[in-house]
Formats: sequence, C-alpha cells, structure tokens
Amino acid sequence: MTTSNGQYIAAIDQGTTSSRCIVFGADGRIVAVDQQEHSQIFPQPGWVEHDAEEIWTRVQSVVSGALAKAGLTREDIRAVGITNQRETTVLWDKATGKPVHNALVWQDTRTEELCKELGRNVGQDRFRRETGLPLASYFAGPKIRWLLDNVEGLRERAERGEILFGTMDTWVIWNLTGGVDGGKHVTDVTNASRTMLMNLHTLQWDDKIAESMGVPMSVLPEIRSSAEVYGEAVGELAGVPVASALGDQQAALFGQTCFDVGEAKSTYGTGTFLLLNTGEKVVNSYHGLLTTVGYRIGKEAPVYALEGSIAVTGSLVQWLRDQLGIISTAAEIETLASTVEDNGGAYIVPAFSGLFAPYWRSDARGVITGLTRYVTKGHLARAVLEATAWQTREVVDAMEKDSGVTLSALKVDGGMTSNNLLMQNIADVLDVPVERPYVAETTALGAAYAAGLAVGFWPDLDTLRANWHRAAEWTPRMDEATREREYKNWLKAVERTMGWIEEDQTSGH
Amino acid sequence: MAGSIQSLERAAAILRLLAGGERRLALSDVANALGLAKGTAHGILRTLQQEGFVEQDKDSGKYQLGAELLRLGQSYLDVHELRARALVWADDLARASGETVYLGVLHQRGVLIVHHVFRPDDTRQVLEVGSMQPLHSTALGKVLTAFDPVARAELMESEREAFTPHTVTDLDAIDAEAAVVRERGWAQAVEETWTGVASIAALIQDRRRNPVGAVALNGPVERVCTTEPNGTAGPVRPELVVSVREAARAISRDLGAPRF
Repeated sequence: MTTSNGQYIAAIDQGTTSSRCIVFGADGRIVAVDQQEHSQIFPQPGWVEHDAEEIWTRVQSVVSGALAKAGLTREDIRAVGITNQRETTVLWDKATGKPVHNALVWQDTRTEELCKELGRNVGQDRFRRETGLPLASYFAGPKIRWLLDNVEGLRERAERGEILFGTMDTWVIWNLTGGVDGGKHVTDVTNASRTMLMNLHTLQWDDKIAESMGVPMSVLPEIRSSAEVYGEAVGELAGVPVASALGDQQAALFGQTCFDVGEAKSTYGTGTFLLLNTGEKVVNSYHGLLTTVGYRIGKEAPVYALEGSIAVTGSLVQWLRDQLGIISTAAEIETLASTVEDNGGAYIVPAFSGLFAPYWRSDARGVITGLTRYVTKGHLARAVLEATAWQTREVVDAMEKDSGVTLSALKVDGGMTSNNLLMQNIADVLDVPVERPYVAETTALGAAYAAGLAVGFWPDLDTLRANWHRAAEWTPRMDEATREREYKNWLKAVERTMGWIEEDQTSGH
Repeated sequence: MAGSIQSLERAAAILRLLAGGERRLALSDVANALGLAKGTAHGILRTLQQEGFVEQDKDSGKYQLGAELLRLGQSYLDVHELRARALVWADDLARASGETVYLGVLHQRGVLIVHHVFRPDDTRQVLEVGSMQPLHSTALGKVLTAFDPVARAELMESEREAFTPHTVTDLDAIDAEAAVVRERGWAQAVEETWTGVASIAALIQDRRRNPVGAVALNGPVERVCTTEPNGTAGPVRPELVVSVREAARAISRDLGAPRF
C-alpha cells in the first residue's frame, strides 16, 4: 500500500437524485464540490429504477470534476470515503461487470405484496428481532428476491455463483477498486443493516433469513466496518485508499459528531430522518422506530442507533407551493407564517400516504382541522411549519420511551434549517436547544471523517468533535402550559386522520 | 391639467379598463369605452404590448393584461429567500474570518437583521435574527444608504443618534462617505455604534442589479482593524474586506445577478 502525504480527503456521496464528490481539508472545510444528476426511471406507477452503469459513469466524472475544481491530483488525496442512498439494490454479472437489471430504488414499492407473503402468519415483524426492521418495501432483501424471481435465468446464474449483489456503496467500491479486475466485493455494517438480511447482534448475514427470503448467500458481499481500508482505487484516484462506507443518514450522524449515547441529529429535507446514538446497545423499538447500526470504526465495538423517519415535512411546504399556490417559493412559507402570531386554532396533519413513525397506520389520510372563519392563509402557513415540529416531537418521544435516554439538544441539518421560524418552533415544542453546525454537507463530511480516521489523517473522535462549530442555536421560548395545550391539540388532530381509508379501498386516494 | 402627458393618461386608462375583471377586450371595445379614435387606441396598445404590459390573444385578436405587470408587483425579494440563498456563503465567511456575520435589509428607517451566523468559537451567543440596527452608524446601514435612494431618504427623516464619539451624524459628512462607499463598493464602521466593535459590509444585488440587502462581518477592533505603530487602531484589514466582498458577490450571483 502506498502511503501518501495528501492533505485532503475526498468523499463520494452517491444520492437518490445525484452523485457528488466533495473534497475536504483537515479542518473539515469544503475545498471543492462537483455534482451530476442521473436519470430517474419510472417503468410503471410505484416503480423507481436507476441505471447503475450511468451512476458509475457519473461518479467517475464528479471525482475528476472535484479534483479539477480544487486544482488537486490523486497525490493530494489521502483517502476516499463513500456515502450513499440506502437500500437501493443492484445485481450484476461478476465476469462482465454488467448489471443484469436496473437498480431497484429504495422508494420502489413493487415488493409490497412480496413483503406481505414473507410475513406469513407472523406479520411485518417476522424478522424484527434479528434485523431491527419491519417487513417493508424499502429494504434490500426482498428487492433481491424480486430480481431473482423476475429476471429470466437469474436464479440459476446466482446459484452457480456468477452474480453479485450490492447496495450503492458496494457497487461503487467494487468498480472503484478494479471491477472485473479484482474489485472488492464488500459492504459496511450500516448499509448491511438495511438489507433485512444481517443479524444486528452478530453483524453477519443471517443464513436462516436469507433462506426464508430465497437469497443465495453467494451473491452477498463481505460485511466490513464503516471505517477501514477496503482496498486501493484504480483510475483517476489510482493508489488512494478506499477507506469508508456509510449509509447517508448514518453518515450525517457521524458528520454531526454524534459520538455519545443520547446525541441525536435530524436532517430536514423533503422528509426528515432523526437518528439517536444508543451506544453499544441494540435497543428494540416498541414505538414504531427502526433499530439500525450507527457506525463501526475498524475493530472497535459497533455503535447502534434508533431511527425515526417522517415522510412529509419539506414536501408539505412544496404541496402548499405547487398544489395550492399559496406561496411562490418554499422560503416564502416563513414570510406568510410571520404575518400572524399563532396558528389561529388550525392544525395540519400531512398523512398523505398514511401515518409513519410512531403510528404506522396506512389507513390514515391528511387533515386540516380546527377551521373557523377566523383562520387565514397565514395561520395555515404556521400550521404547516408546526406540523414538522410536532412530528419531530412525536419521534423524539418514541425514542425516549424506547431507549430511556432524554435528549439534551438536537443537532439539525438539511435545507429546511434556513427556516428560522421552523427551527425556533422545534426548540419550543421539544423544550431543548436546537443547534445548526457550519457545514451543511454533514453527509459527505461523515464519510470523509470515517475515511480520514481509517488512514490516520485524523487521530481520534475528539479531533473531529473539535471541528464541529455552532453556526446558530435556537433556545426554547414557549411556556409549559402552551406547549402542553398545543401538543394535546396536535394529538387530537392526528386522531382525526385515522381510519379514513376503509379496508376495501385499496386505491390509495 | 398642467404638466400631465396625455398619452400616458390614456395608457393608464386602458390598463385600468383591462384590469376591470378577468376579461379580454377587442380594439373597438377599448376605443369606444374611452372615447378614443381606433388608430390612437391601437398605437397605445401596441406600445404597451411591446413593453409586456399588455398581451394580444393570437386567435381572437383581443387584448388582456400582460405578465410584466405581475412581475413589477413581485419584484421585491423575499427576505427568507435571501437567507436561504445566502446560507452557505454566510457560513463560509464566518468560518474563514472567525467573526460574526449578519445579513441586513432596509426596514422602517433601520436595518433589519434577517440572518445571523455565530462566531465559530462555540461561546454562548444569542441569535439576533429579527432585531434592528441603526442606518447611519453601522457598515450594513452605510452600504444600504449609499446604494438605495429610499434608505437615503429615510436617513434624512430619522433621528441620527451619536452612540459613541465616533458616530457620524452630520448629513453632509454621511453623503460624502456614501460617495466613497459607492466608488469602492464596501463600507466600514469602526466603533460608531458599539465601542470596541468594527464592521465591514458589502452590497447584495438581485438579477436586475437592484440593491436587496447587505452582508457584514462584525468583530472586535483588535481583530478587524490593523494596528498603527503607535498602538492605535488603523484601517480595517484588507483581507477581511476581500472576504466580505467575495461573499456579497457569491450571494448576488446565486440571486441571478450578472458577474461583476
């Protein structure tokens, strides 16, 4: 292995809509960014696919682009780390490197029926104890099964050992380290924890579950830690150690330096993902959360996390903009909401496709409630922002119940952190300070941190923690009585959403 | 009516007529309603059409209000949009300089702080978004006054308090400084509002090059200014001026302003 004196770390962020390469300096500051989008393929309603070969081309191109923009060569790069859209599944031919089918994206719902079948008489929690996950269409295992069942001759080829499976981390690392010419077929514990095939306690593939799911063990990559040298890159980054892999939300947890038990981050985008560090303990959830691996550094003990996802947050603002036309840009929601003092008694529960964590009620649909002649569009704008805040509160409450840990502060990132009123509102309803760090790119930063740790570019977690600086902090201002009253009203509004869809209505409208 | 221009009055009357409900009118309707010769009405309508204030339906040949009128009404920049676009650059400025960063816009005879980035030293700091700063004695205010005629007018009407011995309150002196600010593109305020604090600000422009706000860096005089041989504070550090101006340019570019 070559040891370089490179003063920079590169992170490849293979996301749902685009791939990016970001080059970081030793203080965690961004030196250069390059980004390219890839095609979203919708063969029929509910199906979402990506062309894995296109993704690999884009990744190569953004790596070159970022180096060029930074004026650097591979000699300057000490290590490269990977973070990726989670659960998206690709199978390819080991000998040719060609995918046998488009990748099935995490959003793709074609495995819904299959998941019901797999639940048998037990239901969606059949594999929860081992994997921390309910049987749902997001996860990779059932997607592999679908491909093996539906691509002609694939199962036979897989059983002959000719086929490899990967989530996007695996696909990028295999190609980056040589592809058909000695590429490393590996994944990390965080990505493996989203397949429904890994046992959370042993961090190994569970052969019983693989058998129940009809997935031959031969297609599965080797499970490695999130921060270690998997191999050396070829091509543009020839000789640079490939030294980390983390699913995007786990990478954000790492980038926000949530290294202690009880530290949590929340990423506010179209939807919102809240992850709480639970330390070396696997915490089972009885309140609708997922149990997942947070990260594992080399041979150290793994760190687990509880994850709560909120389906509709930023997309509710988009709905107001695109479907109702009340605002013309997303940022205007704050202007409109600031025209009034409070919600005027109105509450919006955006259960557009049912309620997610902590309820998991697919029969629920959205409501606007508490309407009187007094309510203006300003009040509705406020109710929109409050919906994101209260949904955060519900997930935090569930986390506290499951883990017994009380949150002392919430670290936030994502596009919606530019909304001052929303951030204040979250601090108010959680009754803890909300903190925003400088680098908004916490996902790529997390992958860079893990890669830098693996090669000794950064000595330890404390050094990384010292790079975290508060750019803004919102402290709670709401009095207890108001908070209690409003929470009660919110919960009443949530109740109104349930049972809207009758059993025989399957159309989803 | 002395001094009024007949064709402008007629143009205004046509716009009002077209605005009277969601409707399309033929040339003859417009001419009849306003008692104009068809040729006159047509000339005015054609000019309004060229300016985008009126549109003509291709099939029926009828006239309606144009999209440009709508754009005129919406041309102000939403301050929250400004913050969203400025976020990355303001963060970068604070991190690179180690000082506090503010974004301000003109509001009720003062500067409204619409964004605030903490100094990156993790000390306890309070978010000042929504607070007001004076127009005459801050770098943000000086930039806005120099580039925005409305700000200059508001300054004239407002009480110019002398916060420190360094505060400039005389209008002529303020105007002279504004000319310098326009010339070099940035402003400074050293101990003019708060003792011991110096600030540097530069203008943010939108895609039409309208002044929409300013970005400023605030810090202790010892760090923001150079030190004279006799130990007193000298001019502000040129490298900080460069950083502030780069941030202002980057934000303006994100708002669609042409490259400088």
